[in-house]
Amino acid sequence: MRRSSGRVARPGALPPALAPFAALALLFLLLPVVGLVARAPWRTLPEELTRPESLEALRLSLVCASLATVVCIVLGVPLAWVLARSDLPGRSMLRALVTVPLVLPPVVGGVALFTALGRQGIVGRWLDEWFGVTLPFTTAAVVVAEAFVALPFLVISVEGALRGADRRLEDAAATLGASRWYVVRRVTLPLVAPGLAAGTVLCWARALGEFGATITFAGSFPGTTRTMPIEVYLALQRDPSAAIALSLVLLLVSVAVLAGLRERWLGTSA
Amino acid sequence: MRRSPAALVLALALAGCGGDDGSAATASATGEPSSGAASARSLGDVTVLAASSLTEAFTTLGEQLEADHPGTTVRFSFAASSELATQITQGAPADVFASASPATMEQVVDAGAVAGQPKVFVRNRLQIAVPAGNPAGVKGIEDFGRQDLTIALCAPEVPCGDAAARAFEAVGVTAQPDTLEADVKAVLSKVILGEVDAAMVYRTDVRAAGDKVDGLDFPESADAVNDYPIAELGDAPNPAGAKAFVDLVRSATGLAVLAEAGFEQP
Repeated sequence: MRRSSGRVARPGALPPALAPFAALALLFLLLPVVGLVARAPWRTLPEELTRPESLEALRLSLVCASLATVVCIVLGVPLAWVLARSDLPGRSMLRALVTVPLVLPPVVGGVALFTALGRQGIVGRWLDEWFGVTLPFTTAAVVVAEAFVALPFLVISVEGALRGADRRLEDAAATLGASRWYVVRRVTLPLVAPGLAAGTVLCWARALGEFGATITFAGSFPGTTRTMPIEVYLALQRDPSAAIALSLVLLLVSVAVLAGLRERWLGTSA
Repeated sequence: MRRSPAALVLALALAGCGGDDGSAATASATGEPSSGAASARSLGDVTVLAASSLTEAFTTLGEQLEADHPGTTVRFSFAASSELATQITQGAPADVFASASPATMEQVVDAGAVAGQPKVFVRNRLQIAVPAGNPAGVKGIEDFGRQDLTIALCAPEVPCGDAAARAFEAVGVTAQPDTLEADVKAVLSKVILGEVDAAMVYRTDVRAAGDKVDGLDFPESADAVNDYPIAELGDAPNPAGAKAFVDLVRSATGLAVLAEAGFEQP
């Protein structure tokens, strides 16, 4: 700690010249939210929120986003593992492909899902023919659309965590006779827990806000596929103040859930 | 708030597809002297917000105005009328608004955003749209009550959804839709993709989709006719351009292009 004299700032602290930028960033993010709060129709808010359509859309949003997150964790962690740890040829190409849903406009994602899993899709056709299963316009389609756009967030976070994890700890556990599964459960997963938690939170948040792919692939029907973002979009055409009220609810619920999870998962490390 | 770019992408794609008949119509229309003032003066940028169902006809008319007045650029935003009405009342800078229903135009008038009186320039009739070849064997409007069919309709907030509701009421059918889309082009795209068995769209949309979609007329469509009003906007950045476009739309040339697209005279 040679540099820790009284005059020199703590290493790692933000250089003062950059402080205004941080403040500007915060302002930029918060101002639109302030606008929503300022314009919210507080008097009609309770009425707007207890409309059966609103509650139904909120419930559907929460259920679908959570299911999509589960799908992402189950599929995404193994994929992240492959990307981080395997010596598969073409791994960097694979990594680039994983980020495709991030750059794809969500509506295009929805059309892409049609071409793959729709009734006329390359896989969907057989699902229909062999099992009589058609995905589009069902709640399952909402989960599929949300998982499609949210998966990269989880994969990238977990992959980063796996690369950063100290492999010597895993080697040590293996040397001491731990089985492969035991190492995974008791050493690797705890090591990457913060990355997994961050990825899960991002994934859930992205799924909750999903609009384009959902309205394209799953359509919009009250109770089965009309999630909160779609309800807000339609409300905007009917009554903009109702749309603001609904947006606020979605915002409050998601902030509450995310803050709660963050507290629990990242309480010490963040 | 994210807006669905789907409608726009599709509208552009369809405008491209329908380009053939469209330009043919323009060519035949420009053969005779245009009834609008054909001064070759540039009108600058004209911004037109119009109902999705007007995509093909208005694109043709925009090209016509640009040809009549070199240097003029007509910019369109096609979307659900109700969405456009919201944009206008929120201060979107535009010169002309053409809506698919008097009710949505009323919203804009009530907000004091219209200069003068809106005028009804065409009417549009609903038609049943099915994928080419009608694989599900849809026969008429009664089939919209069948649970086993996959059916797309416009949301009731949107003029085409409102018109469809009137038609079902006239027939006494309880429709069993699987999705209520945010605008008519989104409904049409589901038919083009073959993902729904039947949908209720405007006759003009079926025509614009060419041979990818078959249209079935039904007698009760007379109860589901929408009037289309057009208006110059009060805060138009380009009032002269707004007037020129509205005049063109309401001229004999304009009505011929609109009739070509399947619209009816008011």
